[in-house]
Amino acid sequence: MTVEHVEIRPGAYADSVALLQVSRDVAATPGVVAAQVAMATELNLEVLAGMGFTLPPASPNDMVVALRVDDDSVVPAALAAVDAALAAARKGAAGGGDTTLAAPRTTGSALRRAGGGLALVSVPGASALVEAMDAIDAGSDVMVFSDNVPVEQELAMKRIARDRGLLVMGPDCGTAVVGGVGLGFANTTEPGRVGIVAASGTGCQQVLALLDRAGVGVSAALGVGGRDLSAAIGGISTMTALDRLDADPTIEQVIVVSKPPAAEVAAAVEEYAAGLGTPVRFALLGAGQPDITTQVEGLLADLGVAVPEWPTWGTPAASVGGSALRGLFVGGTLCDEAMLIAAESLGGIRSNIPLSPELALGPDLTASGHLMIDFGDDGLTRGRAHPMIDPTLRLDQLTKVAQDSETAVVLLDVVLGHGAQDDPAADLAPAIAAARAARDVPVVVACVGTSADPQGLERQAQALADAGAEVHLSNAAATRRALALVPGGSL
Amino acid sequence: MTVTQPAPSQAPAAVAAVGADMFAAAVEAQAVPVERVDWKPPMDGTVDDLATVAADPLRRDANQLAVKRMLDVQAMLVGVAPASELLGLEKGQFLHAGPPIEWARTSGPLRGALMGAAAFEGLVEDPEDAVALFEAGTEVTLEPCHHRGAVGPMAGVVSPSMWMFVLEDPATGRRTYCSLNEGLGKVLRYGAYSTEVLTRLRWMRDSLGPLLAEAVTAAGPIDATAILGQMLQMGDEAHNRNRAGTLMLMRDLAPHLARSSRPAEEVAEAFAFVGGNDHFFLNVAMPACKLALDAARDIEGSTMVVAMARNGTDFGIQVSGTGDQWFTGPAQLADGLFLGDYGPDDANPDIGDSAITETAGIGGFAMAAAPAIVRFVGGTVPDALATSRRMREITIGENDRWPIPVLDFAGAATGIDVSSVCRTGILPQINTGMAGKQAGVGQVGAGLVTPPAEIFPAALAALAERTRARSEA
Repeated sequence: MTVEHVEIRPGAYADSVALLQVSRDVAATPGVVAAQVAMATELNLEVLAGMGFTLPPASPNDMVVALRVDDDSVVPAALAAVDAALAAARKGAAGGGDTTLAAPRTTGSALRRAGGGLALVSVPGASALVEAMDAIDAGSDVMVFSDNVPVEQELAMKRIARDRGLLVMGPDCGTAVVGGVGLGFANTTEPGRVGIVAASGTGCQQVLALLDRAGVGVSAALGVGGRDLSAAIGGISTMTALDRLDADPTIEQVIVVSKPPAAEVAAAVEEYAAGLGTPVRFALLGAGQPDITTQVEGLLADLGVAVPEWPTWGTPAASVGGSALRGLFVGGTLCDEAMLIAAESLGGIRSNIPLSPELALGPDLTASGHLMIDFGDDGLTRGRAHPMIDPTLRLDQLTKVAQDSETAVVLLDVVLGHGAQDDPAADLAPAIAAARAARDVPVVVACVGTSADPQGLERQAQALADAGAEVHLSNAAATRRALALVPGGSL
Repeated sequence: MTVTQPAPSQAPAAVAAVGADMFAAAVEAQAVPVERVDWKPPMDGTVDDLATVAADPLRRDANQLAVKRMLDVQAMLVGVAPASELLGLEKGQFLHAGPPIEWARTSGPLRGALMGAAAFEGLVEDPEDAVALFEAGTEVTLEPCHHRGAVGPMAGVVSPSMWMFVLEDPATGRRTYCSLNEGLGKVLRYGAYSTEVLTRLRWMRDSLGPLLAEAVTAAGPIDATAILGQMLQMGDEAHNRNRAGTLMLMRDLAPHLARSSRPAEEVAEAFAFVGGNDHFFLNVAMPACKLALDAARDIEGSTMVVAMARNGTDFGIQVSGTGDQWFTGPAQLADGLFLGDYGPDDANPDIGDSAITETAGIGGFAMAAAPAIVRFVGGTVPDALATSRRMREITIGENDRWPIPVLDFAGAATGIDVSSVCRTGILPQINTGMAGKQAGVGQVGAGLVTPPAEIFPAALAALAERTRARSEA
């Protein structure tokens, strides 16, 4: 048999929502069967009557506490629960809550909060366009670091950006410098009179590193993505980037660096550049074309700056036999450049980014003869970080390749700068030393970076040299040095 | 639109970074302010459609146009008249809330409201006899309010003799309609159909309706859009709290009610009724929201939601770029507080066209404006602030005419973007009343609810389909 307890509290007030909460809290008290704490409005009196309570007369400004409990002994506890719940309702739950502003969930929201600016997109490739379009909609330039973006999506976003006067740097754009600020994998250099347009991240970094060594500053290096000069994309971002650099009065000379472009696109872009006020030099990789170091030397000549001697570290290693050049790269353009140089004397080089399709490697990445692997290629970065961040795959391959008696020389690259591993030599130097302890194979390294880079060019190069490698700042020079150690390779 | 970008030799003023944090950290280390995105993968199966829609060359301008058209609407209360006159509704024709539904699938509260309305129209003597009428379906028709330019709270049942508010956009002459609010508790819109409910409906038909019609005509057009803006300054969010709005409407109508041709006692009754019903203005707010949102309909390429509505069984949305198509899923149970002895088992799934307020950026979207009722959100004022800010993550724009003081006068989040919902997984937050699931029970509580998540990917797929068809044409 339950007991009813009804009391009227004249003049007490709480709003109806608070009282619903109070009622719920009180109803949860042990021994309470039903509880309703409410202002005595007509509607609430009806509800209470509907619950079977008998009510004394009350006005809408009175509070009604109506309890149905197991027995009389529960009433004090139930009333205490009413008072506690009313007090809690007045005070607010736990004295408030977290008022921290939640982080934005989309690039559009972030740009709104930042009041504009540049967008930096590195989400998985399938979602990159969506985030990039937020920036393009907001009137912002965007750098798309993400790889594995379908080419038709790249074309779609670049077309829309072009129509709105905006620049898409990427996709798969690893490197940019805007106003001296490095984005993605970028080297620390002084600002200066040179502007770079790069359809190649590590190619751009090679130019930055060499110019820094020559004492020439770079204020802007606009990446455009490795496919920008392909037939499918047609150089859309390259032309926008050229416009931007041309319009900037602080930039006196521009250099365009690209992986091997589509011939007709290269021609169209060169024609476009010829119409600009600022001189533009093209360092477009390809068979029979000058390498990047040679192009930088030409640029220095254009600027009237003496070409320095490009530095090396370590002592030249001697041949231990073997017939094949084996290159293991993290930089796609550095790999391309090395293959182009080596192919002149060695002929076809097998690769996962082959210069021609018949040279393609299978998924096991092994073949007899000359071989160069780009560990930064899309096919090897799905579901894992770029090898400039996670070196595991290349280190494994280094051990295998060095032990292979066919290997005459191992050619490696190390790329420094913002975004790259904090201390790449810490992993690579011991791996080189271990490989050479097992088989005294010559290891030649192109170490691309500047003294001001977070990792420090000299410190990294010296650590690699101490492990027995011969280290060069110029990738072309490193490649030629490696070729000299391969039978049939020539200087 | 072309914008002038800073020269490439100038460092960016700020960077918005989405994805791997190391890039954001590297930029920050170079003393550039970075706004980091808390990115998560989009809703399952939406990646390709999101890309297709994002790359649609029409989308951005279509969405901006949709928001602009919506915000340009001035909703003026211009009249009160019976549905038969306004909509040409004939005996046996009933409107209801939400997307289309046949009697067999209707929920308790919608059934109860239809049965009550049938008795109110004199089709049957006893509401219980209406069941056979609706089962047969030969003398009656059911149609969504939305298909007739109308909206109805909860069951949203409109029959020919019910009086309705008329909202008009003076720039275009377009109109929307909503029935008069009956108050809380045992009322038709919550599925109650007792004698008391029918008696009140008759009084509204015979006395309140004509009286309001006279007063509104005498007052001249009343600016509902402006009242909504003021309500947000006064603690209302215009869905579950309409107290200030009701008082402002009363204030505007009072002189004209007092001067009406009706007897003083009748006028006093009307005052007492409206004054005793804090939700009276809801039925003006809803058609005002619909009037604005209807202006944003049928813009090819727009991903903006123009209606969210529930019939007690299904939750449906309509999107600007997909015409009149409804995307529906099962209506959800609200999470909230219950009246009296009622509990979750007594509640019907979500019902009503009143989510048109959230579609327009108020209601649950403007929780921050209504701290008095934040306990619906599960507790605290900071939660309410977070809710209103979170809703901005899924909208295209803001409504500068509806600023929210506590958010430093940020405009109400406006124009729900189907893409943004799919990208973030953030569902629109709706404040709602809860109807009893048994026909005839009435209101059992109030609380918070969201749409079923799957209707947004479904709408996105339709948008993507249209985008592809257009690009192939």
